[in-house]
Amino acid sequence: MAEATGYVLLEDGTCFEGEFCSLDGHAVGEVVFTTGMSGYQESMTDPSYAGQLIAFTYPHIGNYGVSARAMESERPWARAAIMREGCNREDAPSAEGGWLDWLSERGVMWISGVDTRALVRHIRHAGAMRGGVFPAALPQAQARALIDAEPPMAGHDLAALVTPTQVSRHGSGGGPRIAVLDTGIKASMVRELAARGARVSLHPCRSPASELLAEEPDAVFLANGPGDPAALGYVVETVRELVGKKPVWGICLGHQLLCRALGLDTFKLPFGHRGANHPVKDLQTGRVEITSQNHGFAAVGPDGGRTIEQDEPVRWETDFGAASLSHVNLYDRTVEGLELLDVPGGTVQYHPEAGPGPHDSLYLFDRFLERIAAA
Amino acid sequence: MPRRSDIHKILILGSGPIVIGQAAEFDYSGVQACKVLREEGYEIVLVNSNPATIMTDPEFADATYIEPLLPGPVAQVIERERPDALLATLGGQTGLNIAKALHDDGTLERFDVELIGAKYEAIACAEDRELFAARMASVGLRTPTSAIATSVAQARGALSDVGLPCIVRPAFTLGGRGGGIARTAEEFEKVVALGIEVSPIGQVLLDESVLGWGEFELEVMRDGADNVVIVCSIENVDPMGVHTGDSVTVAPQQTLTDRLYQRVRDQAIAVIRAVGVETGGSNVQFAVDPRSEEILVIEMNPRVSRSSALASKATGFPIAKIAARLAVGYRLDEIDNDITGVTPACFEPAIDYVVVKWPRFAFEKFPGVDPTLSTHMKSVGEAMAIGRTFQQAFAKALRSRELDKPPCLAGASDEALLASLDTPGPARFETTLELLGRGVSVDAVHERTLSALFAPWTRARRSSPRAPPTTTPAGSGRRAVSPPRTRCGAASASRS
Repeated sequence: MAEATGYVLLEDGTCFEGEFCSLDGHAVGEVVFTTGMSGYQESMTDPSYAGQLIAFTYPHIGNYGVSARAMESERPWARAAIMREGCNREDAPSAEGGWLDWLSERGVMWISGVDTRALVRHIRHAGAMRGGVFPAALPQAQARALIDAEPPMAGHDLAALVTPTQVSRHGSGGGPRIAVLDTGIKASMVRELAARGARVSLHPCRSPASELLAEEPDAVFLANGPGDPAALGYVVETVRELVGKKPVWGICLGHQLLCRALGLDTFKLPFGHRGANHPVKDLQTGRVEITSQNHGFAAVGPDGGRTIEQDEPVRWETDFGAASLSHVNLYDRTVEGLELLDVPGGTVQYHPEAGPGPHDSLYLFDRFLERIAAA
Repeated sequence: MPRRSDIHKILILGSGPIVIGQAAEFDYSGVQACKVLREEGYEIVLVNSNPATIMTDPEFADATYIEPLLPGPVAQVIERERPDALLATLGGQTGLNIAKALHDDGTLERFDVELIGAKYEAIACAEDRELFAARMASVGLRTPTSAIATSVAQARGALSDVGLPCIVRPAFTLGGRGGGIARTAEEFEKVVALGIEVSPIGQVLLDESVLGWGEFELEVMRDGADNVVIVCSIENVDPMGVHTGDSVTVAPQQTLTDRLYQRVRDQAIAVIRAVGVETGGSNVQFAVDPRSEEILVIEMNPRVSRSSALASKATGFPIAKIAARLAVGYRLDEIDNDITGVTPACFEPAIDYVVVKWPRFAFEKFPGVDPTLSTHMKSVGEAMAIGRTFQQAFAKALRSRELDKPPCLAGASDEALLASLDTPGPARFETTLELLGRGVSVDAVHERTLSALFAPWTRARRSSPRAPPTTTPAGSGRRAVSPPRTRCGAASASRS
């Protein structure tokens, strides 16, 4: 590696050197890692990464530059990219710009030449924690103070940061109307819905249920998003007013919010699920899908346990009638989805819309729209 | 689905002598299969003509036959041993060919032997180019288009299918004399007319050009419940036209965007389903144009291949072992992942390193053989290296080949070296490094090699500043795509 011009510092004092992008900038937040081997631009612009610094386990990041089509939102939300070897590649065949240039132009910090393997092993062992990236000139004591000033992820409402300030509408098809509680929706989700003819309205996540119902939607969609679902009591209240009135489907944070609405608690995973290779088993069919994942919290099972040992769809009673588990993660056997049996509704914890990641579960969007049509 | 209890005795075919294109990788996969199937309590009968393999050591099978790998002798073994099943997907192309012959001559039916792993239909479909192309078309996938013409008018008619640029090859001329690449309609007519004239049978072959496209392979596993995972993606550093066995390859793929890679992944899954490989591993090869994002399916091997040995070592996912378990009924989520011990084999390895494979040539031992690299494999072995970066793995593999005599390039002029790159040969990367070392521009080299990977990487590395690279570390960014003359066709098969 070239001379160290910056460093990654974690709140427990662990430090890794690298080549830093800036002489005076810095970024602090929760340091998490993703194992995806491609899709760096999608990850950086995914609002679910708001407040986080992404360490990429794959060493080469930037290989194919950046392009408008890989944007999952208007702007990057992750605060920094931590890489083993970042490269620009603005000359790659499909590139509209260079990766490192793109980060720098948007004021996103990046650090390259970091021993990301050691960093990730440390996080796997010690858990995701706060940290930051800093220029070499900044004394570590000051860096520590900056990290300590950052609120911890648990209990943090980050949806308020990424939610839109006003309603927007997407899709011009003649299909069903879908009202979205937008806690930070990815463009891929809107795209997949609109591609199937749906007319999608995105509502700020503080919108009351009455505002969504005033749209006369055929269904309500609960989006992905950043932060701790336990900090979003106000959204959970809104969800409770919507379940049973309209078919409800949720992804990722939306899954966690519906789980909380049903009375299931959520908890912080030690180092989260972030990557494009997580096997998830559909408990009804026994089929396994390779899924894209990005979440730091998860919902408990109906018995309150953090893992599901059974390989069948466990049923239980909720305020909204019977529910059953539909999916389980085969890596750590955490809950990956549920179905409501008495009123139309269901969720998945993973990302069927991909962006980035495999397309194995895109059919869930078809199923959602079929169920709306049948409801 | 648990282990099948309706079969007891399984016949496994080895791949015979070590030849170019079929070497120790099949001994490796055969040994793995024998081991796990015996662990599962099956009686194993093995046929292999090569006594220098590990698999023919007595402890790997219940009965080992050192017999010629021909349908006749294998049929005799079947008659004598009466196995319930034949697992032919671990013995390379030899194994598949024998299985196909034994099906065609009725031996398997006569002795009630079930083909497990890949069924006859799947083997036949992957083998037969026309059938394969039709099957791919039926699921909406594209294979390279080709046509035959005996007149300019006929060729003109085929042009709408084949498209421009088009590679025109006169039939039965030495070294393809009189052929060429047509980029415009006028050129096309001219080249076709000339080609028909010089061909002794007045015929030209028209191939869709995939010149300069990237070549990618995906290792796919499927179980009896139709769960499919991609074990590994592999990118050829050489562009289309050099046999993948002779190509420098890197895993995982480096240059495709996530969006494009996921489309390739979707297609690989569609291919294994369409060909109908019920259980086990397959290798699917693609040509991808990163500019137009067009994807062509080149071929698929419904068996463990040379690439699967590489993919296994590169990722730690034991393809042959798992393929053997899948063949006897297990599902991917019922098999433990050897590395973690606690998660199932139904996953896709994500790695934090880069693997590079270098072919090892030995042209000095084959005087008179043309060292030009093309669609027929000529390397005699390979070396693999793992590194944290592409550059590191590339250099390690380069040195691991243990060449008796490194190519001597110092005396040649820049011009001569550049010209030598027009024709891919065994020393093409040494030549590239020599030229770059002399200060020749990356673009000038890229124009000759067309490698989507090597030149850009070299560029990034060479100009990478020591200070914080706040601006672009890359060079001029010119996209060199002007195709050289010899890197033709390439759509035709490269078995691995």
